[in-house]
Amino acid sequence: MSTVTAQIMPKPSKPWAASPLDRAKTGGIFLAAVLASFAVVASTPLKGKLAYILVFFAAYIMIDFASTFIKVGRQGAVDAVFRAVVTMAIAIAVTPIISILITVWLRGHKGLHIGLFTTDMRSTAYTDPINQGGLLHAIIGTFLLVFFAMIISVPIGILTAIYLTEIRGKFTRPISFLVQAMSGVPSIVAGLFIYAAILLPLTKKLNGIEGSLALAILMIPTVARMSEEVLKLIPSDLREAGVALGGTQWRSVAMVVVPAARSGLITAVILGIARVAGETAPLLLLTGGSGSKNYNMFKDSMGSLPNYIWQCFATGTPESITRAWAGILVLLVIVVVLFAAARTLGNRKVGKK
Amino acid sequence: MSQTLEQSATPIPEKRELTTLPRFSDRVFRGVVTTGGLSSLVILGLILGFLLYNGYSTLRQQGMHFLTGSNWQAVISDSGAFDVKNSHFGLAAMLIGTMIVALIAIAVGVPISVGAATYLTFYAPNAIKKIMVSAIDLMAAFPSVLFGLWGFFVLQPSGEYWAKLIHKYLGFIPFFQLPAPYVTRSPFIAGLVLAIMIIPIVTSVSREIFSQTPLDRIQAAYALGATRFAMLRAVAFPYARSGIVGGVMLGLGRAMGETVAVYTVLNIVYQVNWQILFSAGGNVASMILLKFGEASPNEVKALMAAGLVLFILTLIVNSIANLIVTRTGKSGR
Repeated sequence: MSTVTAQIMPKPSKPWAASPLDRAKTGGIFLAAVLASFAVVASTPLKGKLAYILVFFAAYIMIDFASTFIKVGRQGAVDAVFRAVVTMAIAIAVTPIISILITVWLRGHKGLHIGLFTTDMRSTAYTDPINQGGLLHAIIGTFLLVFFAMIISVPIGILTAIYLTEIRGKFTRPISFLVQAMSGVPSIVAGLFIYAAILLPLTKKLNGIEGSLALAILMIPTVARMSEEVLKLIPSDLREAGVALGGTQWRSVAMVVVPAARSGLITAVILGIARVAGETAPLLLLTGGSGSKNYNMFKDSMGSLPNYIWQCFATGTPESITRAWAGILVLLVIVVVLFAAARTLGNRKVGKK
Repeated sequence: MSQTLEQSATPIPEKRELTTLPRFSDRVFRGVVTTGGLSSLVILGLILGFLLYNGYSTLRQQGMHFLTGSNWQAVISDSGAFDVKNSHFGLAAMLIGTMIVALIAIAVGVPISVGAATYLTFYAPNAIKKIMVSAIDLMAAFPSVLFGLWGFFVLQPSGEYWAKLIHKYLGFIPFFQLPAPYVTRSPFIAGLVLAIMIIPIVTSVSREIFSQTPLDRIQAAYALGATRFAMLRAVAFPYARSGIVGGVMLGLGRAMGETVAVYTVLNIVYQVNWQILFSAGGNVASMILLKFGEASPNEVKALMAAGLVLFILTLIVNSIANLIVTRTGKSGR
C-alpha cells in the first residue's frame, strides 16, 4: 500500500530552476566565449591578460545576448546581459582577495623559519640573510599594544552600546551619530591627536602606551557599533522579566542582558582587535620601532608587526622585502584566525549559553 | 488575641514608599553608563581641541593661504631660528591630490561594489553567497599596509600597462596626458588600490540596503511579468538609490583618510597634478606621514593644522553618509 502512495506522490517540480539543457547551454556559451577570446588574441595585435579577459567578456555578452534574443526576445536578452555584468562585478571584487592571499603565501613562506618566533632583531640588520633574526619582539609588541588598547576601549565601547540600547536617554541620537562619525576618523589623525595631547606636552618620548591609546580610539567605534547590534537582538522579554522579578535596571542588565549577549560581545571585541592589529600609521608616529624585546609599555620605543613590515619594506633590499612579506604572512594569519573566531562565535544563536 | 488588639492601638505603620524614582544603584549605573556613552563626544572634542591648539599659530599666520596655496616650505633662517615670514604652508596641492585619488577610487570601486552587491542579494545561490560575503568581509579586515605592498609589487606592473594603454588611446583627454613618460607610482595606481580597499565597505552597505527592499514590491514586479533586470530597475534600484549614495560617501571618507597604502604606491610630490597617469601626486594623510619624520617643531604645528583639516573633511563626509544611510534604513520599514 505504502509503495503505491510513494509512486503517486509527484516529484516536486521547480520550474524556475535551470534544467540540464539550460546548464549545457550556459556551459556552451562560456566555452565558445573562451575559444573566441583565444582566437581573437591570437589573430590580432591585442595581447596580455587584460585582452583575454576583455575579449572573453565581450564575446560572452554577445553570444548570450544573441541566443537569448532569438529564444525570448529583447527583454530577456537585456536581463541575460545584466546577469553577466553583475557576475563579472563579483568576479572582479573577489579577484584581489584571492590574489592577495596567494601573493602573501608565495612571497612570505620563503621567509618563514622557526627562528622567526624565538629570536628578535637586536643583533640583526634587515639586510642580513633571512634565516637570521626574527619577529619575536614584533609579535610581543603587537600583542601588548593591542592588549592595552583592548583594556581601554572595550569598557568604553560596551558602555556606549549599553547606553544606546538600555538607557536610551536624551543623548541617544547624538551619541549614536558621533560613534558613527568616530568610525571614520583617519588613523593618522588619531596618531596626531595622541602626539599633540600626550607626547608633546607630557612624555616627549616614544613609548608603547601612546600607540595603545591611538589604537583604542580606532577600536572604540567598532566595538560600540557591533555591541549595539548584538544588544539590540536580545529580546525585550528578558529585560522585562528581570524587572518583573524585582530587579533593578542595573541588575537586569548585568545579570540578564549582558550574559545573554556574551558571545556576541566577544565577537565585537575580536572584530575590534582585527581592525587595529594591522594599523600602521599611528604606530609609526608614536611607538617607533626597536629591534629588541620591550615589555615595558611606558618606557622606550616598542616594535610591532606593522612597524617591522614597514621598516623592512622601506629598506628595500631583496632580503628585507622577503622579511616584510614573512611579517605580513604572520600578521595576516593572526587577522584571519581572529576573523574566523569572530565568525564562529557570531554564528551561534544569541541568547544561548 | 487580646495582645494583638492592644497592640493595634499603636500607630499604623508608615505607608510603603511608592515611587518611580530610580533607586540608588540604578542612579549610579546610569551615571556610569552615560559617562561611558559620552566618551565618544569627549574624544572627538579633544581631537578637535588639541589639533586646533597646536595648529592655531600656523592657521593664523597663513590665513586662507593654508587652504588655497600650494607650496609647503619650512624655512630656517641663518641663525637657526624658524623664519615665519618666508615659510609657506599651503595645503591646496594635497587637498586636490586627496580628491583626485579618492574620486578615482570611487569611479572604479563603486560600479564593481554595487554590481557585486546586486549579484549577492538577487542572483547568488545560497552556498556561493555565504562564501563570497565572508571573503569580502575578511577583506575589510586586511591591514592597509598589506594593500600597500600588494599594490606596489603585484598591481603596479599591470597598472603601468593599463596606464600606457589609456594614454595611448585616450591621451587626447587632458587628464590622461603625460608631461614625461613616467607612469610608475601614479595617482591612477593609488586610486586603483583605494578602489579595492573601499569595495568591502560599499558592497556591505549596498547589500544591506538591497536586502531591505520590500518583498511585496519585488513580488508585485514579478507578478506583472517583469524579468529580474526589469524588477531591479523598477523596484530595487530606486528604493536603494539614496542608501547607496550613503555607502559611496562612507567609501569616500575611507579613501580620503588612507595613509599607508597611498604612501606606498604613490610618488608623493608637493605639486598640483591633474594628470592622473603621471608619477606625481599625494594626499593629505600620506603627506603628513612623509613630512613628520624630519619636521621641525614649527612644521609639526603646520602638520597638525593639516591633520585638523583632514579630520574635519572626513567628519563632514562621514556625517552626511551616515545621515543618508540611517534615513534610508528607516523609510523601508
